[in-house]
Amino acid sequence: MSKLSEALERKGFVVTGEIGPPKGTNIEKALEDAEHLRGKVVAINVTDIQSAVMRFGSLATCHMLVDRGLEPVFQMVCRDRNRLALQSDLLSAYVLGIRNVLCLTGDHNVLGDHPDSKPVFDLEAAGLLQCVEALRSGRDMAGKELDGKPDFFAGAVVAPAAEPVEPQIIRMEQKIKAGAKFFQTQAVYDVDQFARFMKRVSGLGVPVLCGIVLLKSAGMAKFMNNNVSGVNVPKRLIDRLAADKDKAKSGETAVEIAVETINGVKGLCQGVHIMPLGWDHLVPQIIERVGLT
Amino acid sequence: MLVTERKPDDEILASVARDSKLFLVGCNGCHAACESRGAEDLPALKTLLEGAGKTVTGWFTVDFLCDKSLVRSRLRVFTPEIMDADSVLVATCGVGIQCVADSVVKRTRPACNTINIGGSHGTWGSTERCAECGDCLLDRTGGICPITNCSKSMVNGPCGGTTGDGKCEVDRKRDCGWYRIYTRLKDMNALDQLREVTPPKKYGKYLPPYEVMRSEHWAVDPALPAADPAPPGAAVPAGGPRGKGRPK
Repeated sequence: MSKLSEALERKGFVVTGEIGPPKGTNIEKALEDAEHLRGKVVAINVTDIQSAVMRFGSLATCHMLVDRGLEPVFQMVCRDRNRLALQSDLLSAYVLGIRNVLCLTGDHNVLGDHPDSKPVFDLEAAGLLQCVEALRSGRDMAGKELDGKPDFFAGAVVAPAAEPVEPQIIRMEQKIKAGAKFFQTQAVYDVDQFARFMKRVSGLGVPVLCGIVLLKSAGMAKFMNNNVSGVNVPKRLIDRLAADKDKAKSGETAVEIAVETINGVKGLCQGVHIMPLGWDHLVPQIIERVGLT
Repeated sequence: MLVTERKPDDEILASVARDSKLFLVGCNGCHAACESRGAEDLPALKTLLEGAGKTVTGWFTVDFLCDKSLVRSRLRVFTPEIMDADSVLVATCGVGIQCVADSVVKRTRPACNTINIGGSHGTWGSTERCAECGDCLLDRTGGICPITNCSKSMVNGPCGGTTGDGKCEVDRKRDCGWYRIYTRLKDMNALDQLREVTPPKKYGKYLPPYEVMRSEHWAVDPALPAADPAPPGAAVPAGGPRGKGRPK
């Protein structure tokens, strides 16, 4: 049974974290990052060839977390595997103790470090959610009966800061129809904008974990505004990061902004999903400062 | 020069389930030139629809639906009949269907699947493209093809990569296909369509049977053996010509 599912059912404020596997075989840093999150978060997402930059696998990392008594959320993108491989990996994941799967379409190959690779996109996020639903029901996508079925807790993503937001909300409804049981959002920095979004989707009845990405510098914030769709870092936060470079570098500003955002969204949604991008050691103090320990 | 096949009757009837009045458009171009079978029978389509209790407000065929100026001038004559209809059912290739969709403010529905286009996108002087996927989705997408307009060819969308000005993050000059679909459906008050989940694509239909890759058009190439011509009016075998070869 998924601990994440149980925690969301208890209706408390749920915190999830995230680690990214390395480019190479030295997995120790990613596992250390996960150790910082132990006891602080309900589950830890493991990114799947994030940003289309080739790296160590999500499935293997999730398995290593299970071995260490940590609850992973297996992120799965549709860019690199067709429906045969996706279904096969889902079956493997379940047997390896993985219970949560986050279904994503995936960034396009040309945005990553292997732009000449062949994009697959046999399915997209909604199709992958349907695929998980089919497997849960004991049949594969071709309708063939399975010998043993995986009871996954499947989630999806949504970008509350996208403009216009209506296509995102319609897509969210579609993903719910396809089987999404929870949502983790793209990074949120503007609490008022997020409140407007939540007002429109709260009737859908599916828990939303607000995305918190730690801001490491003014440059990173500007880069996200220019290059990451659906992310909007307000100018006042960029100015704050630029005003005191040492404070930004130490992570103190990132922590402050995260704490303010979490406090701002606490009454609006069912939890937060913190994406520390390698600054996982800062997560315990964020959780402590927002009073969630 | 392209090859189309009529969609199965039940798929056509399902797509027009909520429409009571339809306008039909057909194309004689590639049908006449290279045995494309999908567009040849508007009367049969009319009979099918009327048998299901629908009204056909009017219909016309044109020699090449991919000829922009011809299509628009011919469509204009039928403005009252088109506007009186709930949707326009088009029996031709993916390019022709998108050309009609781009020319009328009406739900435009495909009556055919495009199997093979042989490298030709007709004479349409615009950006509409058909990927010859053999399983036309234009009915669900406001007549804008997500296979050729979305950089990921997503059958449900948009992904999270749409920029604020409706472009694709893969190429900021390129329109996000799904943003265009969203806008088109919104204009037609048909956004509910986007809430439906389109099932995964049947990629098995992508691979055209060798027989249909060659047409009369290419058969003039002396290096190729002559294609077996289908007898005029020959029926497509059940399930279409795929894997079974052309009717002898």
